[in-house]
Amino acid sequence: MEITLQHYLILSVVLFAIGLIGVLRRKNLLLLFFATEILLNAVNIAFAAISSYYGDMTGQMFAFFIIAVAASEVAVGLGLLVLWYKRTGKIDLDAMTSMRG
Amino acid sequence: MEAIAFYTFAILTTVMFLITVLTNHALYALSALAAGMIFISAFFFLLGADFLGAIQIIVYTGAVMALYAFGMMFFDTTRTVVESRTSPQLVFGLTGVAALTVVAIFVAPIISENIVALYPAVDGAGNSQMVGMVLFTKYLIPFEVAAIMLLVAMIAGIVLAGKKMDHSLTLMKDEVECKNIEKEQA
Repeated sequence: MEITLQHYLILSVVLFAIGLIGVLRRKNLLLLFFATEILLNAVNIAFAAISSYYGDMTGQMFAFFIIAVAASEVAVGLGLLVLWYKRTGKIDLDAMTSMRG
Repeated sequence: MEAIAFYTFAILTTVMFLITVLTNHALYALSALAAGMIFISAFFFLLGADFLGAIQIIVYTGAVMALYAFGMMFFDTTRTVVESRTSPQLVFGLTGVAALTVVAIFVAPIISENIVALYPAVDGAGNSQMVGMVLFTKYLIPFEVAAIMLLVAMIAGIVLAGKKMDHSLTLMKDEVECKNIEKEQA
């Protein structure tokens, strides 16, 4: 049975939906970050599959840049998270209501 | 053979990411996410993007997961995580978006018959060689911008989390400022 581009794209959508479920249901900010990593990886699969099936390198290039963005996001986000935890002692999303007007 | 590998890794990746999303223990989520990242690199190897697969393993399971593991040392990870209750409207919107995306994927090949490769693969060149040829000619400026972005992220991480590990940087500053204000008022 031949594996086509559709298979990879459907897998990418399934993983993206899993990540979206995680983003919606998580209240702990650390686990919310995990869900965003899943989203970025799902998109990476789609980029690599399209790149491979059309014989074009552009998809892989964008996947590289996505990985770079994900690494930066983790570094800055975890720094902010550690800072917030040291200030308040909790990383729940519902507790971050200090900016209400 | 390719089909067997694809379905095996597809099931493994889906299960691992479902564990990541649905578990109530942060440590289980971390290990399942690391396993899922490695399984995703298998797809890159299947697709002939060898360099991307190696980068996936090195960056995600090497760097990002180590960062998360170090970050989790700051938090209390032993207690179970309380989850928020999602509203029905949100679930409805999510399923709608997912269904629309699936439809778009099935329709896409009909529309995209006339797509031509912008930077086609060169015969006789390995994947790493082609990546280098495209990355250092057509995508040189994005590459440099990404390098600067990583430098900025590194400095931000050091400044935010690194300085005075036992004290809070911003909290201390607030206290000093409060004392100064009190002195001025007195």
